[in-house]
Amino acid sequence: MIRRIKIGSVVKHAFLVLVCVASLYPIWFILQTSLKTNAAYELSPLGLPIHSTASNYLQVIRSMAVPRWAWNSLIVTLISATLSTAIALPAGYAFVFGRFRGRSTLFNSNVAFMVIPPVVLLAPIFTVMVNVHLINRLPSVIIFYVGLFLPFSVFFITNFMRTIPVELLEAARMDGLSPFGTLRLIVAPLTSPALFTLMLVNIIYGWNELLIALVFLQDDKSRTLMAGLSVFQGRYVTQQPLVMAGSFLSIVPILLLYAFGQRFFVKGLTAGIGK
Amino acid sequence: MGPAVHTTVDRTIVAPSPPVKGRRSRGDSWPYVFILPMVVCLGLVFAYPLITVIRNSFYSTSMGETTFSGLENYRSLFQDPVFMTSLFNSLKLLAVVPVVTVVAMTIALMLYEGTKGWRAYRLMVFVPYIIPATAIGISFSYLLQQNGILNITLRGLSLDFLALDWIGNSNIVLFSIGGVLVWTQLGFGVVVFTASLLSLPRELSEAAAIDGATRWQTNRLVVLPQVRGTVEFFLVLQAIQVIAWTFPYVYVLTHGGPGNASSVMDLYVWRYAFQYSSPGLSSAAAVVLLLISGVLIAIYTRLRAKQGER
Repeated sequence: MIRRIKIGSVVKHAFLVLVCVASLYPIWFILQTSLKTNAAYELSPLGLPIHSTASNYLQVIRSMAVPRWAWNSLIVTLISATLSTAIALPAGYAFVFGRFRGRSTLFNSNVAFMVIPPVVLLAPIFTVMVNVHLINRLPSVIIFYVGLFLPFSVFFITNFMRTIPVELLEAARMDGLSPFGTLRLIVAPLTSPALFTLMLVNIIYGWNELLIALVFLQDDKSRTLMAGLSVFQGRYVTQQPLVMAGSFLSIVPILLLYAFGQRFFVKGLTAGIGK
Repeated sequence: MGPAVHTTVDRTIVAPSPPVKGRRSRGDSWPYVFILPMVVCLGLVFAYPLITVIRNSFYSTSMGETTFSGLENYRSLFQDPVFMTSLFNSLKLLAVVPVVTVVAMTIALMLYEGTKGWRAYRLMVFVPYIIPATAIGISFSYLLQQNGILNITLRGLSLDFLALDWIGNSNIVLFSIGGVLVWTQLGFGVVVFTASLLSLPRELSEAAAIDGATRWQTNRLVVLPQVRGTVEFFLVLQAIQVIAWTFPYVYVLTHGGPGNASSVMDLYVWRYAFQYSSPGLSSAAAVVLLLISGVLIAIYTRLRAKQGER
């Protein structure tokens, strides 16, 4: 009996280790390839980077648009994540504590918008952006992202605010606090853990987004990192280590965020499911 | 920025308004102010484009002139072999959903049993879900190409017959894309399912074990029925993901090629709007995509409402 359990447990751990290796290998492959010279990579694509070199990184950072693209990504991501959170906060408050006409219709549409494929919205918004001369300029993507992040943000904040006891708000009103004051002084501070999680989720979404950035930002100066990388891939077909250096740079911020905010991630990214 | 200052400011704002009771019967206006920014954004980014794309699907453009053409776009769409390939590819990729669900649930059950180091396993499996699809796609395009790492390894193991042209052969390419999708979505499933399993009361499974049920019986008859709601949500969300959100993977990995062998719905909508400049066809395809996701969205909201009743 004991032996059977032991064998079972070994098999289980072997399987789990295998799954983890399979999950992480493509990322390790990016890193190890980025540390090889082109010649070393062609000689031994599989092998470890014994004579590792930072030359790909230096080339990518010094003589290519990668730093510019990373900067654009950062700006776009931070502004749109912050704006959508800031817009969702009062909306969530109104949904939970206010009464107004069309409340449930609006909330249900919001839930449905959460899963509308963005590609469907692309062409009409593109026409609008052409007309207001925002193509190849970051605000075009920022506006789109703010809208795209909103349904989930509102949904997430609403769910969290439902756990705030109503008595607290009654007390605030007795004290003569306006709805705006109640939101700012009582509800917003209580909601801050959720807001933090939400920012993380939106930042991941924005940083990783490719389709919209690709369509709206078409010159080298205005591209985000993802849009730039996809162009990069086609431009340097024969220099895979170089492309891998760019790719790895795009992953690093996400890995850092994950390392520091793992708990929040899991909570935020699984919120659409419910228990 | 002391709170006391805010309080006094807010008091002065509130002061002129009538007493609480009167305010309530009049109907508060503040909620309208609070939701206004959201309504404006959702209107611009969702409502307006949705209406426009549906309208455009009934118009065709030729020689710079746009005319109403009824269902003409839809007729051309369903006669376009590229569209049919894209539609069927998206539907075929749905096979990813049960695979991800079963494998993720198997792993989640293993972790739930209190396996040593389960947190570390979960931490690692989740990574592919959050790193950028663009980087993942590039990495896999090098791993899976004819002379890529996978084939070098297979040949090294004398498994030459398995060293296929994973992304260059039109009969195999969809399996490769499906495989990459499984790879990215698996960790999401594991995290969702472990969270759900951990929220279950332990007593039932313990009682079943005392009654002499095997682990398999306990899982099948006691544990799984309790997480059914979560699994239903997961299935629907994954189906939506696979039908309508695969663009970055397909774009970076194959560009829809070879030929159009790996084209999918969202790639088609993008390509016909922005590469082939045929807005009519693109809009019609977008509406078809919307209808398919609409069915899934309806199921999703239904499930959500059901959950709310509980």
